This record gives sequence, structure tokens and C-alpha cells, in this order.
Amino acid sequence: MTVYACDMKRNLRSLIIWSLAVGGMIMICILMFPGMKNETEKMGAMFSNMGSFTAAFGMDKLDFGQLMGFYGIECGNTLGIGGGMFAALAGISALANEEKEHTAEFLLTHPVSRGSVIIQKLLAALTEVLVLNIFVTAVSLVTAAAAGESFDMKSFTLIHIAFFVLQAEICCIAFGISAFIKRGSLGIGLGLALAMYFLNLLCNMSEDAEFLKFITPYAYAEPSSIIADKEIDCVLMAAGLCIAAAGAVTAFIKYSRKDIAS
Amino acid sequence: MSVINTDKLTKRYGKYRGITELDLRVEEGEFFGFIGPNGAGKSTTIRTLLGLIKPTSGSAQIFGKDIVAGHREILSDIGYMPSEANFYSSMTADEIIKLSARLRKKDCTAEASRLCDRLGVDRKKKVEELSLGNRKKISVVCALQHKPRLCILDEPTSGLDPLMQKEFFDILKERNAEGSTIMLSSHILSEIQKNCTRAAIIKEGRLIALDSVENLSKTAAKRVTLHGVSAIPEELETADANVTGNSVSFLYNGDIKKLLSVLGTLPLTDMTMTEPDLDEIFMHYYQKGGE
Repeated sequence: MTVYACDMKRNLRSLIIWSLAVGGMIMICILMFPGMKNETEKMGAMFSNMGSFTAAFGMDKLDFGQLMGFYGIECGNTLGIGGGMFAALAGISALANEEKEHTAEFLLTHPVSRGSVIIQKLLAALTEVLVLNIFVTAVSLVTAAAAGESFDMKSFTLIHIAFFVLQAEICCIAFGISAFIKRGSLGIGLGLALAMYFLNLLCNMSEDAEFLKFITPYAYAEPSSIIADKEIDCVLMAAGLCIAAAGAVTAFIKYSRKDIAS
Repeated sequence: MSVINTDKLTKRYGKYRGITELDLRVEEGEFFGFIGPNGAGKSTTIRTLLGLIKPTSGSAQIFGKDIVAGHREILSDIGYMPSEANFYSSMTADEIIKLSARLRKKDCTAEASRLCDRLGVDRKKKVEELSLGNRKKISVVCALQHKPRLCILDEPTSGLDPLMQKEFFDILKERNAEGSTIMLSSHILSEIQKNCTRAAIIKEGRLIALDSVENLSKTAAKRVTLHGVSAIPEELETADANVTGNSVSFLYNGDIKKLLSVLGTLPLTDMTMTEPDLDEIFMHYYQKGGE
């Protein structure tokens, strides 16, 4: 597991920065909740009158007066976008950066098979995503306790499981793309995460775009549905896991045969 | 026994020529030179042998094992020094050297410190703070610390100062004396002439000569430039002659004593005599190949 350990160590700094950024944003939002709670009536009226935007962000189903409802929207945006972007970057840079920085020539002339490199690199990227999620979940629980609020634990757990799977899926798709590109991967990674996020907004706004929910992982990680139904849509999540597996397998097939750029 | 043996090894990148039907043979214990200008296909050949790129057709064996099927086993006995020394920029020299040893699952601590001392590697510095020369030194340590049976070095001396180059070749000669096979790729003819026993010349992706360095050098003429005369001395057999105003330049491939005696009779103001550059030698081999 030398490649795995090396990748984890090299990416530690970026993992810490992203964890602190996403965790910090969530902490600030939770700390704002007790003050906002009293104005929820006004806010509730305002948020439910924004037409399709209300539906786009799932605000028609959530109660802003409850911590869980407030957290669902706020977490959906912060952890969804922030975590999604981190996962995309971790996945897209794993293989492509080795060629961009010409280190593939160093790594791959050692007696390690390409297959082993791929598996170790994907595991490292997924571990980073998992660590970020564990950190953010812990920050949420501690902050809520400190603010004297409590979550509905079932919804809270389901939301965080769904968000982890979402990020793992984005990471795997980005990893699959990573096997094909040789340089300039950041834009593709960020673009992928944001495109998925906006596809879900479209999907919430228009019935015609409903089919998109099978493509974007943000559909099964929609906090408003999870809180309302107290369950994750298993069909959509299964579709997501299939896409994730396709990404990983694509990376394996492509990278095993790839001519490494000099 | 042949350490490297290629059979019509060919690599094309889409439309681009890489290498064409290369038949190369490097014997165990040789100090082998691989000469050619930039873009001739030296690196393509090496990168194919190491499995970084897949051959389009033909085949090759290293240590008698197929380069595609036996890829991992072959690599554990090879030390490779790429022409560009690039490493993970956030890591220190020491971390890179240890990573390389771990990837080989070998404890190379003793040999690594010996090499670092000889080359003067500052092991605590981060890669991003190092100059090309210092990164090259890390590359040397990574290529040699596990005492490989075969060392493949792709333009190893660029960036190394002359003292380091000497130390580097001393180390290579010691390894060669201990039985390692060395394959040195270079476009610097003198480097090959000084160190190698046999060499191959590659041009435009094809092998155009494969012989002992002694034989290859014999055929190499000298480039003579004379100032103060405006005609080629008729007594000499010359090639590729140019006359510009008051100076003449030609390739001379004959007896040196005869050249000197002829020159003594001329009203020269200045003269130079140099190794012809590689292009001229290639011209020579090209003409020979076309006959």
C-alpha cells in the first residue's frame, strides 16, 4: 500500500483545508440558527413564495423552524457543493496529476502494476472523501450540542450517508475521466461537480427534466425528501452506485493500456 | 546472454513516427551507448522497453522475459534515470529516495547513503527547492540504490556540472565492473566514446549502425577549418568542403600526418580542427546505408 500511503500524505494539506472550510461554514450556519428561529415565520413565508426556486432548493417540503429543516437546506448547499467539489478534485487529480507533473515516469518504472496503482489511488481518494465527511459530521454534532439544539438523528444519519455516497460517486466519475486526460484537470473536476448540482436544481424545477434524477447524485441526496420520507430513494442510489462503478472500471480499462505522456 | 533483445520493435503515435522495426541487442555486462539527436527515438525506445508505452508491433525481451507479459519482474531488476528528473514537488529528497526503495520492497538504506555522500545530495531539501542538477542527483540515487542488473540512463548528464559528471561516470564504471549492464542514451558523442564499449546509432526512428565504439569512431572524420587560404588543398581527400572568402572548411578522413605536412606548407593565419558534430556523422552513416 505504498502508493496509497504516499497519496494520502501528499494530499493531507488539501484535505485539512477543505475539511476546515466546509466544517467551518456548517458550524457558522448552525450557530446562526437559534437567532433565526424567532424570525422563521417571516422567512418561511418569504422562502415559500419564490416560485420554482422554492422547489429547486426543496424549500417547499422543509420546515425552517426546525433545526433539521434548516440544516437540510444549509447542509445540502454547503456539504453538497463543497464536498462535491472536493470529491471531484480528489478523483480527477489522482491519475492526471501524475502525468501533468511528469511523476508517472517515476512511479510507473518501479515494479508496481498499473492495476495496483489504480486501486490504491482510488482508495486514497475515497478515504479522503470519507475523512472529510466524518470530520464535518462531528463538527455538526458538536456545534449543535454547544448551541443547545438537537437533530432528528435518523434524518441526520441518512442525510450524511447520502452525502457521502454522492461524493464517492462524483469522485469515481472524476477518477474515470482522470484516466483519459493528460493535463489541466481542475476545471473539469469543478465543472463536473457544479454541473451535477445544477442538473438537480433543474430536475426539481421542471417535471420534464425528471429523468435527470437518474443521472445526478444530488437527486438521492436531496435533504428535503430524506427528511420528509425518513428514507433514501434506494433506486436512485443504486443507479448512482452503478455509475460510480462504471467510472472506476473505465479508469481501470483505460489506464491499464494507456501510453504515458512524456 | 542478451539482456535486451528487440525484434522489429515498432511504435507509432497516430501519424507520428516513433521507432520503426528496431533490432537491438545488448549483452550482459556491456556498457552500451545509444546515440541519436533529439527526436530520433531514443526515449521512445527506452519508454517502450520499460512499459510506459505499448509497442505497436514487434516484440522485445529483457532478461529473456517479454516486456509486456513480464513487465513487473523486469522492472524490479532495472534502474531507470529519465531525461527529465521530476518528482512529487512537496516531498523532500530523502522521502523520494525512501519511497523509491519502498516501491521496490527493498531496504537500500546503506547504498542510498553511500550514493548521497558521493554525489553530495542534500536530503532534507524539498524537491521544489532543487535545481535540475540536484534533482538529477536524486534520480541517480533512485536508479542505482537497489543495485540493479540493468541500468538505463536517458541523457543523464544534462544539468550535472563537470565534477558531478565525472563522479557519476565513476560510479557507473564501478557498477559495470561489478557486472551490471549499462545502457547510456545520449546525444553527446564524446560521452559515449569515453565510456561505452559498444553503441547503436538511431536516426528518424531507425537503427542505422550498431558496432563497437572503436569501429564507429574510426569512420568519424574530423572537421577542419582553415583561415588564410581560399582554396581546398588539392593533395588532400576531403568531403563536404565549403569555401567562404578567406577561409575553407572540410571533413578529413585520412592520415593525420599527411594532413599536418600539407598544412605546414600553407600560409595559414588560424585553424581549428574539431570532432564533426553528430549530424555530420549521421550523414556519413546515412550515405553508407544508402549505398
